[in-house]
Amino acid sequence: MRFAKKDILDIESLEPHEISMILDTAQGMKEISERPVKKVPTLRGKTIVLFFQEPSTRTRLSFDTAAKRLSADSLSISKSSSSIVKGETLIDTAKNLEAMKPDVIVLRHPSSGAAHLIAKRVNASVINAGDGIHAHPSQALLDMMSVREKKGTIDGLKISIIGDIAHSRVARSDITGFSKMGASVFVCAPGTMIPMGIENLGCTVSPDIETCIDGADVIMMLRIQKERQGSILFPTEREYAMLFGLNKTRLNLAKKDVIVMHPGPMNRGVEISSEVADAECSMILEQVTNGVALRMALFYLVAGGGRHADSH
Amino acid sequence: MRIRIKGARVIDPGNMDEKKDIIIQDHLIEAIVDPEYSEISNDTTIIDAEKKIVSPGLIDIHVHLREPGHEYKETIESGLLAAARGGFTAVCAMPNTKPVNDNRQVTKFIINRAKELGLSRVYPTGTITQGALGNALAEIYDMKQAGIVAVTDDGKPVENPNLMRRAMEYCKGLNVPIFVHAEDLSLADGGSMNEGFFATSWGIKGIPNAAESVMVVRDIALCELTGARVHFCHVSTRESVEAIRQAKKRGVPVTCETAPHYFTLTDADVKEYDTNFKMNPPLRSEQDRQAVIQGLMDGTIDLIASDHAPHSVVEKDVEFDMAAFGIVGLETSLSVCLKLVHDGFLTMEDLIQKMAKHPARIIGINNDIKPGAIADLTIIDPEKAYEINVETFKSKSKNSPFSGVRVKGCAFLTMVNGKVIYQNDER
Repeated sequence: MRFAKKDILDIESLEPHEISMILDTAQGMKEISERPVKKVPTLRGKTIVLFFQEPSTRTRLSFDTAAKRLSADSLSISKSSSSIVKGETLIDTAKNLEAMKPDVIVLRHPSSGAAHLIAKRVNASVINAGDGIHAHPSQALLDMMSVREKKGTIDGLKISIIGDIAHSRVARSDITGFSKMGASVFVCAPGTMIPMGIENLGCTVSPDIETCIDGADVIMMLRIQKERQGSILFPTEREYAMLFGLNKTRLNLAKKDVIVMHPGPMNRGVEISSEVADAECSMILEQVTNGVALRMALFYLVAGGGRHADSH
Repeated sequence: MRIRIKGARVIDPGNMDEKKDIIIQDHLIEAIVDPEYSEISNDTTIIDAEKKIVSPGLIDIHVHLREPGHEYKETIESGLLAAARGGFTAVCAMPNTKPVNDNRQVTKFIINRAKELGLSRVYPTGTITQGALGNALAEIYDMKQAGIVAVTDDGKPVENPNLMRRAMEYCKGLNVPIFVHAEDLSLADGGSMNEGFFATSWGIKGIPNAAESVMVVRDIALCELTGARVHFCHVSTRESVEAIRQAKKRGVPVTCETAPHYFTLTDADVKEYDTNFKMNPPLRSEQDRQAVIQGLMDGTIDLIASDHAPHSVVEKDVEFDMAAFGIVGLETSLSVCLKLVHDGFLTMEDLIQKMAKHPARIIGINNDIKPGAIADLTIIDPEKAYEINVETFKSKSKNSPFSGVRVKGCAFLTMVNGKVIYQNDER
C-alpha cells in the first residue's frame, strides 16, 4: 500500500483506509522511543521546518522529537523570529521557505485554512499542526491511536467530547475522525460553545453532561480557556465545573472500562477534577507518548519511503 | 452626426415595450421611429441591434471606485471602463476612499475626474458622519451642493442609534436619501462568512443573519420616527426581506437593494478558503437566497446593485479571516442578473426596472427613453452565451466568485450622452 497524500491538512480529506494506515505505521514507530538509542536513520538528509505562528509547547516539541528520532534535520521558526512581524504575507514567507528546499513544512497558524493556503503554493509536504479553530489532524490521529490501542477498535464505541466545541480545532478533527472510523460521537457544552450545524459533522449534541457520559467508552475533555471566563461565553470557572466538569460521580455513569482523555493543557478543577486526571483510566500522558510516534509516522509517510514504496 | 439603433426591442418600463428604431443626434434622443421609417440623412451611423434589447441606461448605485487613495485596486478610469463594459451608464461611487468623501473637495475631485474621462457618469455619495467614524454628522448640505446624491457610511454601520436618528432628520430636511449598511458589529463579532454548518466545518467565525436584520429593523423604526428616505444596501437575509416587506406595507418610505451574488450563490458554494467568495454581508443559506428572489419578484427589493468592491491580491491572497471583504461586480452583474429572466423569475421589464429605472428614481435622475431625453442607453444581448473570464475584465481587480461560470446574456453596447463608450468585445 502506498500513501498517496502530499499533505496532511485535516481529517476530512483522509479516507478511513489512510487513517488506518497512519495508525498502523505509528504503532510500529512507537517502539523506537523505547530503545536505549532512540534514533533511526529513516529520514536522514531530509529537512523539516517547524513553522509555528502561535504559541505551542507540547505540539512543537512532539513534532521536533519525532523529526529527530527519524534523523531528519528540523528547524524552527516562530512568529517573532519570522518576517511575518515585518509585514510579509504568509504566502511569501512560505515561498521563501520553499526556496530553501525543505521536505516537510509543519505549520501552526491562528487562521483557519492557513495550511491549505500554503499547501497549494509549495512543493514540500505540509502538515497542519493546528489552524485556527479548524483542524488539528495530528492530535485527532494520536487520539484515535490511543483509543484503538486501548480498545482494540474504534468502530462501535461511544465517544463523548465535552467542552468548548465552538473554539476547538481538536473537537472538529476528533468528531470527523472518530465518526469516520465508525464510532458514535456525542458532544456537550454550554449553548454558547456549540457551533451552528455541528451535528452535520457527524455527532449528536447531548442536552447535559450526564446524558453525554452515560455508557461512554471514551470521554474526551477539552480545555476551557480561562481567559474566556467572565466573558459572554460562561460566567465563572466555578459554575462551569458545576455544569460541565468531569468528576468521579459523573465518571461512574460511563462504562466500567472507560478511558478519559484530554489534549492538554489541563485546567485541574475546572473541566476535569484532579482525581479523574490522575486516575487509572486517564490516558492523558499516554496521548503525549503516542503523539511522538504518530508524528514520526506522518513524517515517514509524507517524506520517507511511504509515499513511494511500501510501508513497513 | 446621427446614430440609428436599428431593429431592437425597446423597453422603457411603464413607457414602451415595442420594436422601434432610436435616432440619436448629438447627445440627445432625437426620435423614436418605426423600423420601416426610412432615413433621410446619409451621415447616419447604423447600429444593428436586431434581437437585442434597448434599455434606459443601467445604473449601479453601489460601486467602490477606490480613487482617491486606493488606486492600486481601481481608479475612477478603470472602474468606469468596467462599468461601461458591464452596460452601466452611471454608477454611484461609495465614499470610503482615502481620504473619505466627507467633504466637498473630495466630491468635486471625483466629479471632475469622471467628467474628464467622458465614460459612464459618476454620482458620488458622501458619508453620513465625519470621516465615516460614526461620531458626528458630516457637512451633508455642502456635499449635496457639490454633487452628492446620497449619504452612506457604507462598509460600516452607524452604530449609535441616536446619531442615526439625527442623521435621518437632518437628511430629510435636505431631501437626501440615506444608504444604510445594516450590520450590528457586535453580533457580526469579527466573523468572516455566514454562520452555519460550512463556517463551523471550516472553522471560520460565522456572521449570523441577525447581524443584518436587527439593524434593518432598527432603521425601519427610525425611518418611521423621522420619515427620512432610507435605502438598505445589499440585503442578504430572509429576515431583512420580510422586515422590509412589512415596513412597506405599513407605508414606511424604505427602499432596498440586493446584489447578484445573494440570489445566485450560497455559503455552500464557497470554495475551500477561496477569498473571492468573501464579502460583507456574506453569502447566506439556500433559504435566504430563495427569500431574496421572492423579494425581487414581489417588489420588496426595489433594485439590484453590484457592490463592486475591487481588491488586489494583497488583500485577497491571504488567510481567509485576514482577507478583505468584497468582490468585483460591474462586469458580471448584468449577465448574472439575466439568469433571473432566463429562469422565469423576472420579466425583462422587471429586470430593467431594477437595474435602470428604480436606481434612477432613488438618486433623483431621469433616464426615460423619449424624444429630447439625454441619450444614455444600454443595448442588451440577452442570448450571448459565454464563460466569465476575469482576465478580460477592465477592472484592475479580478476578485470575482463567478470566474469560470457560464452565463447567458450581457451588454452589447453602452451609450452615454449619445456617445458609444462600449461595444461588444471579446468575452
